[in-house]
Amino acid sequence: MNKKEFLNLDQLDDKQERLASELMPTKFGMVGKLWVGILLVFIALGLVAYYQQMSRGLIVTDMRDFSSWGIYISNFVFFVAISLVGSLVAAILKLVDVPWRTPLTRIAEVIAVSAIAFAGLIIIVDMGRPDRFWHIFAYGRIQSPIIWDVIVITTYLTISVLLLFLPLLPDLALMSKRSARFSKMQLKIYGLLSMGWKGTKEQYAILNRSTKILAVLIIPLALSIHTVTSWLFATTFRVGWDSTNFGPYFVSGAFMVGCAGVIAAMYVLRERYHLHEHIKDMHFDNMGKFLVLLSLIYLYFNVNEYLVTGYKMKNVEGEHLMELFAGSFAPMFWLVQIFGMILPIGVLLFRKGRKPLPLFVTAMFVIVGAWFKRYLIVTPTLLHPFIPMQNLPEQWMHYTPTWQEWSITAGSLAGSLMVITLLIRYFPILPIWEMIEEQHVAPVSSLSEEAV
Amino acid sequence: MDNELNGHEAHESQDTHEASNRRNFLRLGLSSGLGIGLGAAATMGLMAEGDSKGSAGSKVKLMSPDGKIVEVDSDQIVDIPRSVELVVREGVPNRKFVMVIDLSRCKNARKCKNACSKMHYLPPERSYIKVEKMQDAEKTAPYWMPTPCFHCDNPPCVKVCPVDATFKTSDGIVSIDNTRCIGCRFCMVACPYSARIFNWGTELYALNDEQKEAIKPHESCSPHLRGTVEKCDFCPNHTRHDKLPDCVKACPNGVFYFGDELDDTVSNGDETLRLSKLLKDKSAYRYLEDLGTKPRVYYLPPVNRLFPFVDPNEHPEKEHHE
Repeated sequence: MNKKEFLNLDQLDDKQERLASELMPTKFGMVGKLWVGILLVFIALGLVAYYQQMSRGLIVTDMRDFSSWGIYISNFVFFVAISLVGSLVAAILKLVDVPWRTPLTRIAEVIAVSAIAFAGLIIIVDMGRPDRFWHIFAYGRIQSPIIWDVIVITTYLTISVLLLFLPLLPDLALMSKRSARFSKMQLKIYGLLSMGWKGTKEQYAILNRSTKILAVLIIPLALSIHTVTSWLFATTFRVGWDSTNFGPYFVSGAFMVGCAGVIAAMYVLRERYHLHEHIKDMHFDNMGKFLVLLSLIYLYFNVNEYLVTGYKMKNVEGEHLMELFAGSFAPMFWLVQIFGMILPIGVLLFRKGRKPLPLFVTAMFVIVGAWFKRYLIVTPTLLHPFIPMQNLPEQWMHYTPTWQEWSITAGSLAGSLMVITLLIRYFPILPIWEMIEEQHVAPVSSLSEEAV
Repeated sequence: MDNELNGHEAHESQDTHEASNRRNFLRLGLSSGLGIGLGAAATMGLMAEGDSKGSAGSKVKLMSPDGKIVEVDSDQIVDIPRSVELVVREGVPNRKFVMVIDLSRCKNARKCKNACSKMHYLPPERSYIKVEKMQDAEKTAPYWMPTPCFHCDNPPCVKVCPVDATFKTSDGIVSIDNTRCIGCRFCMVACPYSARIFNWGTELYALNDEQKEAIKPHESCSPHLRGTVEKCDFCPNHTRHDKLPDCVKACPNGVFYFGDELDDTVSNGDETLRLSKLLKDKSAYRYLEDLGTKPRVYYLPPVNRLFPFVDPNEHPEKEHHE
């Protein structure tokens, strides 16, 4: 970045101006409104269910003394997982200076911020006493992995917001000067948010340095958030969780689903906002290669996780595994493993599979599979305690999430999509100044060959 | 412990008012199996001024830690002041509570469960103690195993609590502050013995006003606050006053021995035994010792059983073989 020429956003030539106005946020069309409407319905449903839960307690869920963690926790792990992508694209690709990453950085950061924010929210939904949330700060014990999680997640959220916000400054300043395009209110807000960005050489230097520092900082943090989240399970004695493999197993799975998340967003945004010129097939091809690499790493950790315990078949652990392989969880287990991991590897190894549409479909499989994978990590374990479950009401021996749990979960997913949607509605989803800079200095198209 | 004598053997002091008070006190100790530490001035060579009680000249028979009956002058006996005043995060002073469960005596009468539910104002189907059918191997005989909270000395539940809502007190008990608990249930998944239960909703409990009145957190039982965790507390309303927990008293077969490790004494209500000798003679063990949690609950193996094994459940349940 530092070798690039200084960019003056106040004096854009026609071509640059056209590009800038092309990338600026636009109002919702019919489809956009419909999409927001659907999201609002799910969010409303989730709120109704949460109201019920607040008034009656967690008894509205199907969690009971044995299955004491349910889909709220698996959903939490899912959110933490998908948020890792922010560090993948915005940090790792930036530090190794991958030139084609520019149009993807903001997409990745937007997903990361909304996902990690909702991870924090959904964990409060799981609490029996959300009114005592402040106890975590007032009485927090550093010995508890939950406190580690609180620390790393809030830090990750902060740095992710900064990584999203700082590179927005030049764009905000640019937009605040387009009075023909935006309402007065918007112009004012953009102006305020741009925090006096003038676009001096100094400011660019500070911006570049800050984002670089943040990009370095966020990598260990990203590893930490998901490692610590895996420790919520691995620090217990429970079968299926008591594993030293859990940290890298979770992290690799998280990178995989995060990568799939960016691919899905890339595809939808490209189709919706006609960004074919900027998000090219080459981007999909590269991200597809990334996804296949990450899936292979994840496959490796899966083999580790299941083969080693499966080889020994220790008592309760063996029963737990048999329940996954051939018992009541088997259909879900094999669907997830095949469609969420093996199939993507098979498809994406081929160039044709990495074309935008098949890649998008595969990425959706990975995302849905990843959600259920986390269900399979949380639920079956708790139904296999050391001391057998006996003389319990029949309902307590199983776990089938209630409509309230599904609604709250769906509501949280819709909520995070809503945050992404609104960010895209009001802020440019591709970094305008970086795109101009790149086109100005070295067009992406010419770089693409050497990048691949 | 050389300088202490344990007063769980009846003594024969003459009938002065004070002596009879002391006898009641000691009898309490007998009934609970909790030895009352008495500083015997004769063996200590010390005599606390003005602390002596009883009329001079009357003799008291006491049992020493090695089981000998000794006779001392009653005015040489000094009560060790013991406070049963409630300090929430501290335990009963000079106590290390311990439980021994004799599996050879359990026939799944479930009286312990019912007593537990009643004492803690739990709905009948809930209790802090469970009785499971266990079978160690395919061809070994099944047996019944009551499981309360093990009040581990290295408690995994306490380790993971993010807000210090569950903690270990000096008397060995793992306790819960229900006004502190945030309901994250990490302790429940951390406990390998599934000892903890959760108040999923108040509708599970339906307490009447009288019961609500009777509940005093840390003194009697958990206040059953919605969205918080509860579990076996070794009945503080009894143990604080040198009495046996309700499950121990309720068991018709004397399965449970409860007592104090410092006094090396446990009682099931009928007989009072030396803890160390009992553990040694009956080859006691702790459940899942390998996990290193150091439970305060010991099991005596189900050998020479009092009852044949009868499973009341017609429908065989899915089980885990340990």
